[in-house]
Amino acid sequence: MQAFITRETLPSLPPPSTLKGPIAWMRQNLFSSVGNSIVTVVLVLGILAALIPFINWAFIKADWIGTSRDDCTSGGACWVFVYVHLKLFMVGLYPESEVWRTILVGAILVVTMAGLMIKGVPFKKYIQIFALIAFPIIAFILLSGGAFGLPHVETNFWGGLLLTLVIAIVGIVAAFPLGILLALGRRSSMPIVKAICVVFIEVWRGVPLITVLFMSSVMLPLFLPEGMEIDKLLRALVGITLFQSAYLAEVVRSGLQAIPKGQYEAANALGLTYWQGMYKVILPQALKIVIPGIVNSFISLFKDTSLVLIIGLFDLLATIQGAFASPKWLGYAIEGYLFAALVYWVFCFGMSRYSQRVERSLKTTH
Amino acid sequence: METATQTKPEIAVSLRDVNKWYGEFHVLKNVNLDVERGQRIVICGPSGSGKSTMIRCINRLEEHQAGQIIVDGIELNNDLKNIDQIRREVGMVFQHFNLFPHLTVLENCCLAPMWVRKIPRKEAEATAMEYLERVKIPHQAKKFPGQLSGGQQQRVAIARSLCMKPRIMLFDEPTSALDPEMIKEVLDTMIELAESGMTMLCVTHEMGFAKTVADSVIFMDAGQIIEMNTPDEFFNHPQHERSKLFLSQILGH
Ligand SMILES: Nc1ncnc2c1ncn2[C@@H]1O[C@H](COP(=O)(O)OP(=O)(O)O)[C@@H](O)[C@H]1O
Ligand SMILES: [Mg+2]
Repeated sequence: MQAFITRETLPSLPPPSTLKGPIAWMRQNLFSSVGNSIVTVVLVLGILAALIPFINWAFIKADWIGTSRDDCTSGGACWVFVYVHLKLFMVGLYPESEVWRTILVGAILVVTMAGLMIKGVPFKKYIQIFALIAFPIIAFILLSGGAFGLPHVETNFWGGLLLTLVIAIVGIVAAFPLGILLALGRRSSMPIVKAICVVFIEVWRGVPLITVLFMSSVMLPLFLPEGMEIDKLLRALVGITLFQSAYLAEVVRSGLQAIPKGQYEAANALGLTYWQGMYKVILPQALKIVIPGIVNSFISLFKDTSLVLIIGLFDLLATIQGAFASPKWLGYAIEGYLFAALVYWVFCFGMSRYSQRVERSLKTTH
Repeated sequence: METATQTKPEIAVSLRDVNKWYGEFHVLKNVNLDVERGQRIVICGPSGSGKSTMIRCINRLEEHQAGQIIVDGIELNNDLKNIDQIRREVGMVFQHFNLFPHLTVLENCCLAPMWVRKIPRKEAEATAMEYLERVKIPHQAKKFPGQLSGGQQQRVAIARSLCMKPRIMLFDEPTSALDPEMIKEVLDTMIELAESGMTMLCVTHEMGFAKTVADSVIFMDAGQIIEMNTPDEFFNHPQHERSKLFLSQILGH
């Protein structure tokens, strides 16, 4: 065999340039072959054919502002229906004179969330503490009243988007710690703790939410002592929280399982206690892995809140359905459902995008 | 009795007739071992012979089922207080480093001192930087473990253990997951540590390291300690058949 040796060091070269720009991109991706081009054209035409009449109906020919159905004359969508009922859809039967309180709570919520989500805002830690401890108290006092000279507004009057958000946010926030505890309990080496958690999780996961809501509103009062009454909303919140925590527990557990044993061992070997190790080492990693799963279950909870209609709570969807069922507005179901879809979509899409951002920002090289 | 204990060297780790089973499988059989303070012990033996299990019993990552383990004068039993106390005094370095990937190098080093020893952050960070300097990677303090080479990660892992100021260090094959060119930097760190007087139990097959620092070499096979000798004697004149066979295998032909 011929021995070989080289004395020169090869320089590093830039990679060969590929075609850039929108035209080149379209050529490569949309019109790379005859078949591909045909598919592209057919799809674009199909989308246009479906979209143009819709846009025409929903925007161009639509009526936007007015006071009654008589203002809808153009034959397009009648957004007057939404315009007239906007207060009902947003806060339900919340007294007109007190609506400012719901707006204030919403504003505090938006500012707090922005403070948490926008990078570079200082005092994140204090904002977190505010969001988790102070905000719920402030929001409760403002919404419910009965203190500081605010008239009491019974939860019977809460409705619309306000109710949807209250249920979803309380369900999400309260279920989160409970779900984590259940997940840890299910992996516990203590047989009793483990058994309790397994039974709890499996029972709640095996029942549809609609049943849970029925039970909380119809059956729970049967077990309570005579004369004792728990707020209907509170009962629904407890049911939804427990239900959601069981789902969350399984999501979190899958994250815990993905953490290598060496992480637990290193934490133990350093002398960290079980809870310290969980809090500082295991959970931060496990939760990061399951962010998509967590958000998924939150999104589905957000949409499932519309089931509270069956126990007589009027959330966003229920108020909309109520409005287009009234004789004055019969026939505007499409506008109503589209509006509901839009509002749900905005929130769910927001959650989804936010989770993607969190995922990316948490990505550390492994 | 007082005078007797003064003349006797202080015992850091003592194993008395330790037995352990994994289900039906008898993994440690009547293991007896005394490690004096400041002693460096190297443990070797074929894979599956129970080396890891033995040293993991010393900080209770594994539980022994019979016999007695006394570490730093404290007996390991089901008393959680004892376990916590022992883990504070015993550092451990793993084959796969087991750094916390979501924390920076500095945070890895400060976590236990701050949470277990309740040392204020400033002080913990100062100590951490001191040890990172000793293992020669102070400038990587702000990086995440995933951004470091294997050798650097293992040196961080050593620094992380040292930040707890342990009296005893356990090493479980600290260099066997490393590329050859990185083994030396880790061994150098360990040699330096040995020279500072640390009590060390190392599972390793690095003979150079054993010859340089070990006071004695233990050879394990099938859950038993079957030979214990000075490194010179052990490597040059192994007594037991199985030691001879093992040495001929790791030395190659
Ligand atoms: N958690 C476990 N469960 C069951 N068997 C185990 C477990 N850990 C180790 N073993 C077995 O115990 C024996 C000793 O393991 P180990 O102490 O890791 O050996 P070494 O470190 O000497 O290679 C091996 O046969 C291994 O398969
Ligand atoms: Mg091993």
